[in-house]
Amino acid sequence: MGIGASLLPSIPLLGHEIPLEDAIVPVDIAVKKQLADVALNAARTNGASYADVRIGRYLNQFIITREQNVESISNTESFGMGIRVLVNGCWGFMATDNLDKDNIAKAAAQAVALAKVNSKLMAEPVQLAPQEGYGEVRWETPIEVNGFEVPVKEKVDLLLAVNNEGVKGGANYANSSLFLINEQKYFASTEGSYIDQNIHRLWPTFTITKTDSQSGRFESRNALSAPIGKGYEYLIPKEEEKVRGVVTTYKKRYDMLEDAREAAANLAEKLKAKPVAPGKYDLVLDPSQLFLTIHESVGHPTELDRVLGYEANMAGTSFLTLEKLKSENFNYGSPIVNLVADKTQPDTLGAVGYDDEGVKCKQWDIVKGGTLVGLQATRDQAHMLGLTESQGCSYAQSWEDVQFQRMPNVSLQPGKVKMSAADLIKDVEKGIYMLGRNTSSIDHQRYNFQFSSQLCYEIKNGKIVGMLSNAAYQSNTQEFWNSCAALGDKDDYRLGGTFFDGKGEPGQSSAVSHGCPTTRFNGINVINTGRKIS
Amino acid sequence: MAVLSKEASQVILNKALQLSKADECEVTLSGSIEGNIRSAGNSVSTAGEKDKTTLSVSATFGKKTGFTTTNEFNDTALERVMSRAEELAKLSPENPEYMPLLGPQTYQEAITFNPTTAAVSSADRAEAVAKSISITKAANLEAAGFLNNTTSFVAIQNSKGLFAYYKETDVSFSVTVRNQEGTGSGHISQSFHDFSRLDTAAQTKIAAHKAVSSAGAQAIEPGKYTVILEPLAASGLLRFLMNGFDARNADEGRSFMSKKGGSTRLGEQLFHEKVTIYSDPLHPELPSPTWNNEGLPLDKNIWVKNGVVQSLSYSRYWADKKGVKPKPAATAIIMEGGEGSVEDLIKETEKGVLVTRFWYTRMVDPQTLTLTGLTRDGTFYIENGRIKFPIKNFRFNESPIIMLNNLEMLGKPVRSGNMIIPPMKIRDFTFTSLSDAV
Repeated sequence: MGIGASLLPSIPLLGHEIPLEDAIVPVDIAVKKQLADVALNAARTNGASYADVRIGRYLNQFIITREQNVESISNTESFGMGIRVLVNGCWGFMATDNLDKDNIAKAAAQAVALAKVNSKLMAEPVQLAPQEGYGEVRWETPIEVNGFEVPVKEKVDLLLAVNNEGVKGGANYANSSLFLINEQKYFASTEGSYIDQNIHRLWPTFTITKTDSQSGRFESRNALSAPIGKGYEYLIPKEEEKVRGVVTTYKKRYDMLEDAREAAANLAEKLKAKPVAPGKYDLVLDPSQLFLTIHESVGHPTELDRVLGYEANMAGTSFLTLEKLKSENFNYGSPIVNLVADKTQPDTLGAVGYDDEGVKCKQWDIVKGGTLVGLQATRDQAHMLGLTESQGCSYAQSWEDVQFQRMPNVSLQPGKVKMSAADLIKDVEKGIYMLGRNTSSIDHQRYNFQFSSQLCYEIKNGKIVGMLSNAAYQSNTQEFWNSCAALGDKDDYRLGGTFFDGKGEPGQSSAVSHGCPTTRFNGINVINTGRKIS
Repeated sequence: MAVLSKEASQVILNKALQLSKADECEVTLSGSIEGNIRSAGNSVSTAGEKDKTTLSVSATFGKKTGFTTTNEFNDTALERVMSRAEELAKLSPENPEYMPLLGPQTYQEAITFNPTTAAVSSADRAEAVAKSISITKAANLEAAGFLNNTTSFVAIQNSKGLFAYYKETDVSFSVTVRNQEGTGSGHISQSFHDFSRLDTAAQTKIAAHKAVSSAGAQAIEPGKYTVILEPLAASGLLRFLMNGFDARNADEGRSFMSKKGGSTRLGEQLFHEKVTIYSDPLHPELPSPTWNNEGLPLDKNIWVKNGVVQSLSYSRYWADKKGVKPKPAATAIIMEGGEGSVEDLIKETEKGVLVTRFWYTRMVDPQTLTLTGLTRDGTFYIENGRIKFPIKNFRFNESPIIMLNNLEMLGKPVRSGNMIIPPMKIRDFTFTSLSDAV
């Protein structure tokens, strides 16, 4: 079944790299400032009490492969301007890709007109938290290697070699992809900020599948990589950034070839895995699995717009209330649970210098010693929390979408006692060790959830005894976090993340990271999801 | 630039194609004007408009393809997007699965454009939303809603002489109504190509009624229940089904359409005999484009007839390999039903659960198409043909394939998003836990 490296396609050796085109070099700041001032002046002239403008050039490169074929290589570029205005205390927004100065002025006037029409439907005027103008400032993701400048051949070679590792290891099918994103964003406001940012994100991933035609069964294993706010250096492995165990996981550097080799070996085991017996188990969750539970059961319910009902028609509301926050004693989890929001943390998907309404980014507590102490707010929400400034949680996926409250990186802090995954496993009598993200589902107020994993190992009397199939854990947010019994230490801390987190209407996606160590949760309900269709 | 006519699109596409030095080149121009109002707490929250046009270029040398897009249209930008696609193609390895571009094709005329919707103004949107908000304000309820209208076009042209164009209008409205105490919630969602068919007041009344009647929900034990799925609930599960109709995945043994021994379920009775599913781009309630992104014509096609799988979709490559005609996947699905309403199905139910809609539905097992998710915005217990009381929301773990075998009754189909689908009565639907969410 295995296909040898000799079948790798002949990729021509080229004498030059992918052309460094105009788009990789951001538009001149002076030009952007001129265009922004046209919009801001037009907004003011037409009656806006406040206006901001975002000029964005968004570059994506997506490389998609399967087995030894490159299915697609796409470079996309989108350039335009979004103008947001406040008139009569009501927001208006207009986006255009025609950056002719006359058209910009018209677009600003149209944003004002929209705000005027819609202000008749408004119950209470918007209150903006004070924000100083920063003048002309810059921020960029601190990358070592710009993925857009890496030759396409090098990236294709890596992905095809990954697929080859999978097939060589016994898989029938292997799909791998690389997503590169560069947001060149310029923000200006009537308060005197002119903020230029250059942001990079990267996500290498694969799915390797093995079929058994006799039984008609198939199993897949996805990559254990994390989408990350780094440059292409993430794909240059370093031994010290590996966490060795029953399967290897990765910190700040990722060995995609090694992961594919291990994935192929995992598949044979997955096809023979024992169906899980439903019941209560102590779970040991690897960061590659737990990050998503943090995202869904802490990140989303602590969004203030959900708490206030702004998302009721789409993503839902939250089990949290302002009263629960203000009580200062709402129990979210066990005393070892500390969750921090942080838009400044290096390597994270959410790290920026300033948010999309010109607020400098920061760090703050969400859950401290198991008690709820914070939520997430933008400028027009800060006063509702009694804050005198925004927490910098505003984001728009593109120039063409209006900015609104989006989740910062929210991370579970590591324990202070030296503790590895192996240490955590050895104390478990009857448990399950889970790695890698799989199915996730949670209700619209974030109480009841169900999660599963890429890899699921049975623990008996402190030892891993084999792989389990069809296991998913179902719990309730508060019960789950109160069952948190032990944490790995800072050396075990790793980032996970989601590249395309959806929210809002029209829907927008954002990228956000969640760090955590391997963590133990006691007595969690595990179900068997296996069914038969004939 | 936004929504261009066929002739204006052709001018830009011709200009772009003339710059091509590739063996084969295909250019696609698309644009839209979109306006929306978002509301919450009976008040507007955000509102906006956007105007966007995008040019995509696919350039191929031999079997090496590069793909780029831009939204800048001056001569320099056109030259840049074309040369970048060509550079990218030269840097790419050969794709053994590359299929040569199609030549000119014949298409049915799409019926996707409605001039009334194209003329909708920001004042029209505000008026429609005001009608919705006035109902919930008067009833001391809270509404969060979204109204969006779009006018768009797509034009494609290639170096082999293929040209295709369509324009489309669409309006969608949804609203979630909650009571002040946060103990009851109701929801509706509707889509049309014709704005004049939208009645935000009537729809908001339905959601408001559900918000009031779902308050004070009781907990009942999770387990297997007969369910009445409203069309919105049913469409939330069936949207997963059609992905499995891809012939390649079925042939490769990695789909619920795959069978032991390597064959597929094509021609098999996979569902109850009441299940018939087809696609038809000219259906007046759900008009859709008459060609796909490769320029292949889209015609009426029956996917399931009386429970038997009639056809699978074939990409051009897989069709060529298997010696069959390509069959593009459906973009809009119609499921046949009966004549009765949701109320008629309830009358025929001794004991059961009425589901308004599902939420956060995700794949658990692609082998069996088992899904998990939760009920939301109005779940009720039915006894002796009547709604007895509201119940707390459930998590389910169920497969639409099993569900469509346990089918007992179908009501009259209605449009729900990009489906026309009937309400349905299903026995033995599996709920696995309770949720406290309202």
